Amino acid sequence: MKVEKIVVNRKFGVLDIIIFLAIVSVLYLAISPGIGGNVSTTGIQVSTDISNLPMYVLKSVGRMTAAYILSLIFTLVYGYIAAHNEKAEKVMVPVLDILQSIPVLSFLPAVVLGLIALFPNNNVGLELSCIILIFTGQAWNMTFSFYHSIKILPKDLKEASDVFGLNKWQNFKKLEVPFAVIGLVWNSMMSWAGGWFFLMACEMFTLKGKDFRLEGIGSFLQTAASEGDKKALAWGIAALILVIVLLDQLFWKPVTVWADKFKIELTESGEAPRSFVLTLLRRSVIIEFFLEKIYEPIAEKLNYCIDKLAVRLSNKEKSERKDIGFIVKWAVKILVFGLLLYSGFNIFKLLMQLSKNEWGRILPAVAYSFLRVIAAQIIALIWTVPAGVAIGMNKKIANILQPIIQVVASIPATALFPVILIYFMNKLGGLNVASVILMLMGTQWYILFNVIAGAMAIPEDLKAAAKTFGLKGWEKWKVVILPSIFPYLLTGMVTATGGCWNASIVSEYVNFGGNTVSTIGLGSLISEATEKGNYPLLLVSTIVMCIVVVIVNKTLWKRLYALSEEKFKIEL
Amino acid sequence: MNTVKEFIKVKGITKYFGGSDKPTLEDINLTINEGEYIAILGPSGSGKSTLLRTITGLIKPDGGEVIFDGQKVNGVNPYASIVFQTFALYPWLNVRENVELGLKAKGFPKDYTRRKAEELISLIGLDGFEEAYPKELSGGMRQRVGFARALAVEPKLLCLDEPFSALDFLTAENLRTELVELWQEKRMPIKSIIMITHGIEEAVLMADKIVMLSRNPAHIVAEIKIDLQHPRNRKSPEFEKIVDNVYKLLIKGKIEESEDDKLSKSINHSSEKGEEVEKPVQIPNAHVGVMSGLLELIDDNGGKMDIYQLGGDLMMEIDDLLPNIEGISMLNFAQVREGDIFITDLGKEFVEADIDESKELFKNQLESISTFRLIMKVLNNKKNHTMKEEFFKELFKKHFPQHELEEIMDIIIAWGRYAELFNYDYDSEELYLENEEVI
Repeated sequence: MKVEKIVVNRKFGVLDIIIFLAIVSVLYLAISPGIGGNVSTTGIQVSTDISNLPMYVLKSVGRMTAAYILSLIFTLVYGYIAAHNEKAEKVMVPVLDILQSIPVLSFLPAVVLGLIALFPNNNVGLELSCIILIFTGQAWNMTFSFYHSIKILPKDLKEASDVFGLNKWQNFKKLEVPFAVIGLVWNSMMSWAGGWFFLMACEMFTLKGKDFRLEGIGSFLQTAASEGDKKALAWGIAALILVIVLLDQLFWKPVTVWADKFKIELTESGEAPRSFVLTLLRRSVIIEFFLEKIYEPIAEKLNYCIDKLAVRLSNKEKSERKDIGFIVKWAVKILVFGLLLYSGFNIFKLLMQLSKNEWGRILPAVAYSFLRVIAAQIIALIWTVPAGVAIGMNKKIANILQPIIQVVASIPATALFPVILIYFMNKLGGLNVASVILMLMGTQWYILFNVIAGAMAIPEDLKAAAKTFGLKGWEKWKVVILPSIFPYLLTGMVTATGGCWNASIVSEYVNFGGNTVSTIGLGSLISEATEKGNYPLLLVSTIVMCIVVVIVNKTLWKRLYALSEEKFKIEL
Repeated sequence: MNTVKEFIKVKGITKYFGGSDKPTLEDINLTINEGEYIAILGPSGSGKSTLLRTITGLIKPDGGEVIFDGQKVNGVNPYASIVFQTFALYPWLNVRENVELGLKAKGFPKDYTRRKAEELISLIGLDGFEEAYPKELSGGMRQRVGFARALAVEPKLLCLDEPFSALDFLTAENLRTELVELWQEKRMPIKSIIMITHGIEEAVLMADKIVMLSRNPAHIVAEIKIDLQHPRNRKSPEFEKIVDNVYKLLIKGKIEESEDDKLSKSINHSSEKGEEVEKPVQIPNAHVGVMSGLLELIDDNGGKMDIYQLGGDLMMEIDDLLPNIEGISMLNFAQVREGDIFITDLGKEFVEADIDESKELFKNQLESISTFRLIMKVLNNKKNHTMKEEFFKELFKKHFPQHELEEIMDIIIAWGRYAELFNYDYDSEELYLENEEVI
């Protein structure tokens, strides 16, 4: 798997700070209705009866699918607007950049409280909030990828579509989306795997002292672990792995093979990926019948309607929009300013409620979590770099191992976390160590995949040259291997550290067997604040985490990226 | 040919790019008649394709207007289509879908679209490849799809943006012949063809008229009518004579231009005592290795060579050859007269010298070029004798065209490094003087 992360080459400016404040305000506004009120749970009980497993798994997959579809729609709309409207772009891209650095799980109380208030008597609100939370973990990288694809569209292809008079819809359908497909597919797979990670945390959590539960594989595993039901736990994990493998083979693999046709390449590459399922589908009579008799006529009608609409819209645009635009623009500006002022004042008030004692907890928490993140990264580097290079340098081994690693990697660390807790809780360093292990399990794969990709990309010439000069051992690593994999390693590490911060929220503060166990850390503070309904603390710790992530991104990673672009890019 | 009907009129087109003071196109005036096949010829970076895109309405000019068939072009011209150098086929659409692209966009009914695409695919000789994807096709076949796609919408004007330059020689020649045949037999309902090219022979082979552009800023240097009968024979004396003439015109335009620069350089030189800022001359895209190779070749040939012949011998496109010729004449190693190039005594000395001596000669020559003197002045005046590359780019921005700045700077650095005039640090992007270089 190739993991892509697009780091936007922008300077961090005043605009970013304003946007950051605006996002915090929105976060606050979302929480605020729940601050005074009480929440009631829907009283769903999660059983660990194995016969319930198929149903639970289906429900979880349903949530994932809903969240993914939501992400896809968001991606296409947001990415399209950001890429086409220069004014909007100036705000939309930094917003995306910051949203990407915000720990997803901090959204939890805001989303849950808001939606439960909307649907007080059933669990629709809870279902929706679970879906939205998964969405917030999936959407950003997909959106970036789509936006970026539109921005780097080859000039001549764009000119061709202009010369031949394609309208906006035709342009979108025939040029922009096809061009973006490959990036979108890879990012979708990454988001899907990330979705599992959050699903585990979102199906069962405590908020303001109340337990919220949804029936699903995540809650099943957590319940089983809490009850110490090892048989149920084993079955649950087996079912989860089965589902992941099945989805990979039945859905993602065919999709990647299909996406291959959108590659921009001058010659047919020797080894096109293959999928048994896709070949089967393509040859199937039933599918062909469905496509010809049902899908195509409908798609054609729909297409015709949208075509008409697009033509009409573009005509209208020219004539009408000017005068209204002016008023709307100012109204929006005033509204935004007012909202900012209002929520800013309230945030300030909220923060004043925070006791000195609580303020004092933040700095040590940052330090502890930071150390854990570093520890997890170092351990990951120690094993993934040699392993990745060994796999990547040997194409045969790589071809065999890569699919296996992919499956292992797509098992969400949060699902295995309860198992780890059982072993670490009372011995072996407790939660402090278990937390690092969760971070490691959740994020090491990003690094491994990238190292493998980097090692595979080392040109044969360089390897041959190293051989003829008799480079061996450390010398070979220093001169050939490390410089070659550096850009890839960096991409992996950026993604991995982001993941670590999110993992800290799940792993530093846990409910286990009816008891609450915690260790010092920023993630722990966020979880604790969520559970106790301590909003000032939640807000502060979330903001602090964002700031830490943004600072690390903008200083350390950005600089290293610049270095790798300059020095270690292999151009032959 | 008796009733000449005006088809396109380009009136005073001017276009600026990227906040540059120097226009890319300046006051271009051109009339194209119905039934004319025009070739626009000019060195790379001369704004040929900007001119083409202005005529098709893809680019809006900053000044002037284009009248197409009696109407002012405003927005993309629906009666023009383009065949691209890079083919610009959509890789995810098969041959038929690519050809149908423009038809569908124009909203033709489905059966007409289908029929028309079939017709064009057949006309252009791609029967049997309707369902193939571009990546399955060879370069020549891909460009056939490009032609079919452009012709399917029945344009009045067909624009060709160096359509043959990405193809190998034989494929290109084959396609050229077929296109001329189609055009001559009037099998396409096209009123005019505009072709951009940097190949002189290609232009003489195909066009009725050559419009020659100069660069920085582009203006029309000459319009040459070609009255040869089709099919034209590359080896015929008439053909070769025209090609030779076009060569001379092109080189004359180029070298005169740099003579102007030289003049201003020497004027500046004399007034240097008044501490006036020197105007840097633009350094041509010439490589030290190629220049000394050329000099050796001329020397071996008795010190004189025909530039047209030189290009042929080296299999070099005029576009790649000319900057190097400009380079050696700027360094006074050679002189150009009437399409011939002569080696100078200095050039002879340079060719015969060993490495260190030739570097010394090169260095001496560089020191007489204002651009390099300017750089040395800056570096010498700085305490640490180091300066960011960025600084010089800013400095040269006003004098050199924006889109070539990067390239010119690279050449300047390459020359300076070869002559050991100054040094360059890739990581910090700085020019600096070694200790002994400080004057």
